Amino acid sequence: MTSARDWRGLLFVAPFLSLYSLILIFPLFRGMWLSLNQVDLFGDGHFVGAGNYVRLAGDPVFATSLVNTFEVTLMIVPVLTILALLLALALNNAGKGAALLRGIFFSSAVLSVTIVTLVWRFVLAPDSGLLGELWKSLGWEPLAFLSAPGLVLPAIAVTTIWWSVGLPMLLFLAGLQQIPGDMYEAAALDDASRWTTFWRITLPSLRRTLVLVVMLQTAAQLQLFGQSQLLTAGGPSGASRTAVLFLFETAFGRWELGYASAAAEILFLIILAVTFLQYWSTTRATEGGDGR
Amino acid sequence: MNTFRAQGTIHLPSLEISNVSKAYGAIPVLEGISLAMEAREFIAFLGPSGSGKSTLLRIIAGLETLDEGEVRLDGERIDGLPPGRRGVAMVFQHYALYPHMSVRENMAFGLRNAGVPKAEIETRIAEAARVLEIESQLDKKPGQMSGGQRQRVAIGRAIVKQPKLFLLDEPLSNLDAALRMRTRIEIAQLRSRIDAAFIMVTHDQAEAMTLADRIVVMNDRRIQQIGAPMEIYARPANTFVARFVGSPAMTLAPATLVDGAGGYGRVRLGCGAEVDTRVARAGLPKGETLQLGLRPEMVAVAAPGAGTADGEVVLLERLGERTLVYARLSDGQEITAEDKGDSRLKVGETVGLRIDGAAAHLFGPDGAGHHAEAAQ
Repeated sequence: MTSARDWRGLLFVAPFLSLYSLILIFPLFRGMWLSLNQVDLFGDGHFVGAGNYVRLAGDPVFATSLVNTFEVTLMIVPVLTILALLLALALNNAGKGAALLRGIFFSSAVLSVTIVTLVWRFVLAPDSGLLGELWKSLGWEPLAFLSAPGLVLPAIAVTTIWWSVGLPMLLFLAGLQQIPGDMYEAAALDDASRWTTFWRITLPSLRRTLVLVVMLQTAAQLQLFGQSQLLTAGGPSGASRTAVLFLFETAFGRWELGYASAAAEILFLIILAVTFLQYWSTTRATEGGDGR
Repeated sequence: MNTFRAQGTIHLPSLEISNVSKAYGAIPVLEGISLAMEAREFIAFLGPSGSGKSTLLRIIAGLETLDEGEVRLDGERIDGLPPGRRGVAMVFQHYALYPHMSVRENMAFGLRNAGVPKAEIETRIAEAARVLEIESQLDKKPGQMSGGQRQRVAIGRAIVKQPKLFLLDEPLSNLDAALRMRTRIEIAQLRSRIDAAFIMVTHDQAEAMTLADRIVVMNDRRIQQIGAPMEIYARPANTFVARFVGSPAMTLAPATLVDGAGGYGRVRLGCGAEVDTRVARAGLPKGETLQLGLRPEMVAVAAPGAGTADGEVVLLERLGERTLVYARLSDGQEITAEDKGDSRLKVGETVGLRIDGAAAHLFGPDGAGHHAEAAQ
């Protein structure tokens, strides 16, 4: 191997590498650098070291936004995963009806967040919304889903689940298609009940898909932003302000770019840690299961 | 033909299939299938793809429903029962082992579902593992094993259930040639140790001939013939069985009945040569075109003019201990003959073919077989 050949090899990956560096690597490090500076829109700012991080640690608005983010993620991911799995199980047959329903359930996933929140505003609005009318027809007081602090996160969670159920459902369907039919025949000859077949055959076969769905959805919901901004603008009084909404407001409302970058770095580390924790715990569980 | 057990009690036929028919929509796949198995009998369903043999096996297993007819096992009607309650165990063509379970769990799964006590499960698994020599593999997962080992696990999973009937769906088709021979012997040994009946589906006549007590030859949705391997070979019921069983295939040459001495049929081939058979003349249809059936070993090679007819050598297959000679008669009829291993024949050469009519078969216009009396 001469060094000339090494260089020619590098030429082949150069277009990708330069683009990748420009739009991913550079901003990543730029963000880290920004988080150590006090920067506004004008001028270069000045270096403050860990100053932004110290300030974040004492910022109750940031702390609340993190708690909100975790809460809404915990509301969304388990329900979304189970719902997507149930839909996939129900629609995993070759019939025309199932194909149509698969299309319908997936269709919400192609809508933009603007349309989704618009639709759900019609459903959730207390005075004229669908649920409000339903409550009134039953003689109850309509619930203020978008303005009561205890209801706003569940409302955002429901909206998000409705919006995002399509992709995990498709992933589960793809996983189900991978299970060979003769395994179910073997289970039938082994006199396995439907319940046993699900727990001992179907679910273990879907384990990888399950891990993938949970990890993707957790990472995605920790970055929840559009629904909260468009439905409630983080209100009432910050009850639905998520971490990304916090850093959006800080960066593009108050133009504190360095402070927002520091918040972004912390969120980045949290997502990284959660994802690794999930990966580690699921792979460890399998190794433990081998010895049985 | 009743089989007697050691105690001297008459045993019921283990599996009884009566008049089973099945169609997928408008397309019939099985028509009027009837079959009775003896206790501990090993039966092979032999037939080409699409003959319905796998469907019949799956109907017995309960993986397919039947449209008409009955299936009974040890006298009990099972065709309405779910697969797991029929007292049968199946070894699948692609093994169908549960990939996320260890070998031990694979074998225990069915027993747990049936509510067998834990200690009993352990005993049965240990016994099956000993018989199949997979004791050291019990904690492995199927993905960590070779094809031959997986095959053993699949058989083990069936054994531990102690079924009345084993169903084997092309059990050797996924193994390489050497392993196939070994597994064939192992299945034969296994069978002698286990008190159950076996049904094996195969399209390989060598498997069927070597393993089965009786072969059920299937084609075109129907049973063509049921019989012991040598009976099927020596007295094929019709032209399909004659051509399908035996390798290379039997030569079938159009022939007409001519006058001859004695009570046996004498036929004339298209090329003019005449052959004296040992098939009783009385049963043969008169004035119709028959087919003369000749296995390669019934046709020997001689000097040109010295045989029953002359032919041109088209192809030679040297198998070592013998040489197969594919020749063409003067009327274009192809015929397969056998010569010794060090045959000096060459392609294109003219040879004499000496036909041994004593073992030849005749087939009527309906395809039904008529056989030499000596073979009875």
